[in-house]
Amino acid sequence: MTRKAVITGLGATSPIGGDVDTMWANALAGTSGARPIEVDWVEQYSLPVTFAAQLTNKPTEVLSRVEARRMDPTTQMGLVAAREAWTHSGLNEASVEPERLAVAFGTGIGGVWTLLDSWDNLRERGPRRVLPMTVPMLMPNGAAAAISMDISARGGALTTVSACASGTEAMDTARRLIETGQADVVITGGAEAAIHPLPIAGFAAMQALSKRNDDPQAASRPYDTDRDGFVLGEGAGAIVLESEEHARARGATIYAVLAGTGVTSDAHHITAPDPEGMGASRAIRAALESGGIQMDEVVHVNAHATSTPVGDRPEYIAMKSVFAGHIDNVQVSATKSQTGHLLGASGAIEAIMTTLAVYHRKAPVTINLDNQDPDIPLNVVHGQPAELPSGDIAAMSNSFGFGGHNAVIALRSY
Amino acid sequence: MANKEDILSGLAEIVNEETGLETEEVQLDKNFTDDLDIDSISMMTIVVNAEEKFDVKIPDEEVKNLKTVQDAVDFIANAS
Repeated sequence: MTRKAVITGLGATSPIGGDVDTMWANALAGTSGARPIEVDWVEQYSLPVTFAAQLTNKPTEVLSRVEARRMDPTTQMGLVAAREAWTHSGLNEASVEPERLAVAFGTGIGGVWTLLDSWDNLRERGPRRVLPMTVPMLMPNGAAAAISMDISARGGALTTVSACASGTEAMDTARRLIETGQADVVITGGAEAAIHPLPIAGFAAMQALSKRNDDPQAASRPYDTDRDGFVLGEGAGAIVLESEEHARARGATIYAVLAGTGVTSDAHHITAPDPEGMGASRAIRAALESGGIQMDEVVHVNAHATSTPVGDRPEYIAMKSVFAGHIDNVQVSATKSQTGHLLGASGAIEAIMTTLAVYHRKAPVTINLDNQDPDIPLNVVHGQPAELPSGDIAAMSNSFGFGGHNAVIALRSY
Repeated sequence: MANKEDILSGLAEIVNEETGLETEEVQLDKNFTDDLDIDSISMMTIVVNAEEKFDVKIPDEEVKNLKTVQDAVDFIANAS
């Protein structure tokens, strides 16, 4: 009998709320997390994009000063989300063997602030001012390592790095660790703190970002005919994944089952998605197959939908090729319209949204959908949350990343 | 040249900033490793910050000799 991986804890820090309850309430209401970046470097470097979806609560409000000093913002955010998920799950160090407890966390970039601040220090003040914590702070596995130390997870602290698919790909790793019996509990998710002038300049140079500087809250508009790019976001999401047996033995609340996952690669172009969505559709099929889910059981998809002119349609084509006529019955939410695009953390935030949608039977809204692109005739949840059916249901969340990475999760109600 | 009392209080502030230890805990007879639980990475950060604060050079090979707060205060007093 296959071991089931169930979701027993959630944690988040996001542009629409510093914890899961606030984030979810805002996601149902329809709230934009985008606002002007009010720091001097925006003007100093004449950045073409002057806004982003920024955290509502800084991690330094939660962590102690000494803790924060030794962590890049990416790790700080990851730790804040992981602690909330851990507390939410009701687990403690006595209720799981450290050797059976693992971490699988994703990030797109890692410690970009630390790397570039240290480079500035080296150039302006010399090598003596490059602090000894520089290397452990900038490494992309920093969040996984910090979380493992925080909860004494000794069953492995893994990091997935696949651009904007990182957070979702981490859940593929986590599911395997549970299903193969290598771990009883895995904290999985993703973290990203890249609202820094360099990534902004880089993404803007490739024309990936919305330049709607005069109206940030209307900038992230997936599926709308006037979409002009994504809105950079930041934050972290964490999920406690547990074997069903372990969760039931301690009487834990089970929010959903992480039934299946699919990971594929396009091998097509370093940034552009395969226009036929072949890699994406294979990932969706793989997630359904590994979860033992029939496509017509799926009632809700939290789409990748970043609001770029070129990205949103191939995802539709991929979904259409899998779901065929059933696509009209699938309630699709594009929550990046609210949170912006959290890169390597986006899949984690969206997995949490999908879990809550399954648990509460409500799909969150897509904001800024004024004129739906006629070439993307999806059943998009907007205006108000959509009610999902009672009984056994399945839902999915898609993530795609530069490099042609496709990662999809499939959840079942419990 | 700074007097040893000023060096001690300046050093205590640096230790507090790096580790969160209360400044009163940073006393002359305390051993950085055994009493204050300061690891080698924090010690190097403290050394670099002390160099800047007191305008002295503390060579890397000297750091291992700075076992107690007294050792550090004496070195900085003599070097400044």
